[in-house]
Amino acid sequence: MSEAAEVIEAEARRDVRNRWLLSMPALLIILLAAAGPLLIVVVYSFLTPGPYGDVQWQPTLSGWVNVFLERDIFDETLSLADAHVSIFMRSVWLSLVTTVLTLLVGFPTAYFIATRPDNSRELWLFLITIPFWTNLLIRTFAILQIIRNEGLINTIMIKLGLFASPVQMLFTDGAILTGMVYVYLPLMVLPLYASMEKLDFRLLEAGYDLYATPFQVLRRIIVPLVKPGIIAGSILVFIPALGAYVTPSILGGGKNLMLGNLIELQFGQGRNWPLGAALSITLMLIVMVALLFYVRNAKGAGGRHG
Amino acid sequence: MKRIKTTLALAAALLASTGLAHAEGVLNIYNWGNYTSPEMIKKFEDQYKVKVTITDYDSNDTALAKVRQGGSGFDMVVPSQNYIPIWISEGLLLETDPGKMENFKNIADVWKDPEFDPGRKYTVPWAMGIVGTVVNTDVYNGDVNTWGIIFDTPAELKGKVNVVPEMNDVIDAAVLYNGGTKCTGDLTILKKVRDTLVKAKPDWVAMEYGTIEKMGSGDFSASSDWNGSAFRQRLANPKIKFGYPKEGFVNWSDNLAVLKDAANVENAKLFLNFMMDPENAGMNSSFHRYANGIAGSEAFMPADMKDAPEINIPAEFASKGVPSQTCPPEVQELYTKIWTELQK
Repeated sequence: MSEAAEVIEAEARRDVRNRWLLSMPALLIILLAAAGPLLIVVVYSFLTPGPYGDVQWQPTLSGWVNVFLERDIFDETLSLADAHVSIFMRSVWLSLVTTVLTLLVGFPTAYFIATRPDNSRELWLFLITIPFWTNLLIRTFAILQIIRNEGLINTIMIKLGLFASPVQMLFTDGAILTGMVYVYLPLMVLPLYASMEKLDFRLLEAGYDLYATPFQVLRRIIVPLVKPGIIAGSILVFIPALGAYVTPSILGGGKNLMLGNLIELQFGQGRNWPLGAALSITLMLIVMVALLFYVRNAKGAGGRHG
Repeated sequence: MKRIKTTLALAAALLASTGLAHAEGVLNIYNWGNYTSPEMIKKFEDQYKVKVTITDYDSNDTALAKVRQGGSGFDMVVPSQNYIPIWISEGLLLETDPGKMENFKNIADVWKDPEFDPGRKYTVPWAMGIVGTVVNTDVYNGDVNTWGIIFDTPAELKGKVNVVPEMNDVIDAAVLYNGGTKCTGDLTILKKVRDTLVKAKPDWVAMEYGTIEKMGSGDFSASSDWNGSAFRQRLANPKIKFGYPKEGFVNWSDNLAVLKDAANVENAKLFLNFMMDPENAGMNSSFHRYANGIAGSEAFMPADMKDAPEINIPAEFASKGVPSQTCPPEVQELYTKIWTELQK
């Protein structure tokens, strides 16, 4: 090995060491603030519930068994915990619909922004972030004021003579979806915009020159090129929607639980912390599966265009 | 250097000001939201030169969980009577012996030696009431004195009924509706309870706490509710009526106590004694609209409370009340299972 090569190698090694040292503070914070609490949740899920909340230090698997199986209250037979399963299914379903709706609304929005002149794009992006200035709780209560029985929509429609009596909009799945789409829309628009900004619009013109219809241009050129943005946006919306707590409890009227509300119940009135911990980890596992799906797809997309 | 001096001076000033606040005395109360008369607190602050801070909670379980973790920084708490044995056995309350305080003589006889705190070693009454029904009589004009409003909803009220999601309150109501006794472990009764609840739920519009506002705005036309809350709703809309369920209802009370790790024990004891004064208890009732268990406090309440149907239990229903009490853990577990099944 030549001397020059050795010097370069030593430098590279020093470089690696410096990077590790410099990222130490961040790594330590992640370790303490993320891994620590997570570890507690994992440990708690294997303990026995205390009589008034909290846990007793006797290891048991009952927290985990209760996630999926339940002993019938009345005839003691063991069966699938269909209360939990239906709440899981409901949460996944509502989150999927939210993701699709935000994509349908967010895609044209992001496209619109990306096709504005350079100097006005900043302004449009800025407008997208305005809802973040206000607390989530306040925005959710604002929606409640609009759709309640004596709210804005019903009052106007009755004044106009279009409704005979107030239409029940609050406390329905439609209300939950409206709230979630509104809350998570910016999380879809921003990554979509990041992808579209890099889009070479000359490719679209080339497509039109070759007699492609607008739909063909969308399907064969735009969508494949902004696919990473679509996937990133969908993940960013789907994951928090799955654990949503505030929106379903305010707009859904607390009648039908989502996962977040089910977990909260175990730590509060249910007094079953191990079950709550096991449910939280189950939720995390679902999210991890979704993320793995994302990583695989993102790699495919990168390979084709990279 | 100059900047450092300024910072130091500022820090010193800050320390001095907090020091002063300590000298004047403080008291940190942890209580249910919308439950403490501001005028009464003002009076206490002026009388004893103590600065009072109030922090809200929304359920007994929230309060218990937070204080159990330690280091809450609160001096006083107001748990419901069915939770007080838990607070005592968990060693969270300080034995202040209000039974020996000067104003103890004012406590009404029935509340002097309650089952949940024999001899009043720890607590002083704050408010007491009933879990019943509330109905907007513009929408439904039938009998409101039944749990049937909630569990066998009349046609006019279908899709307009709310249920306040206090697990124990709802399940106890269904137990009484099915002829059982509170905290029952009888599986035949509990099975009926589960079936009653599951069958009734499609007629409900929501399961929420905010009844005062939503009954007023017409989002709900009926609900399960507490009598003081019903009283405040009627003051806003005279058509709203409180019902005493003839199948039986739970009588509860909330009681003021001092925490074992309180930092301001002397001020807290002053406040315990202060709350047993009829004038102060009357002031508090004028705000939260519940009875308070202090004899003679009626004289200090507004005239509309003296004959309010929500506060004065009609003779025919007086015997239907059952005291609120802690259910054993195994019954609590059954209640939770029914509750989860109801919410799926």
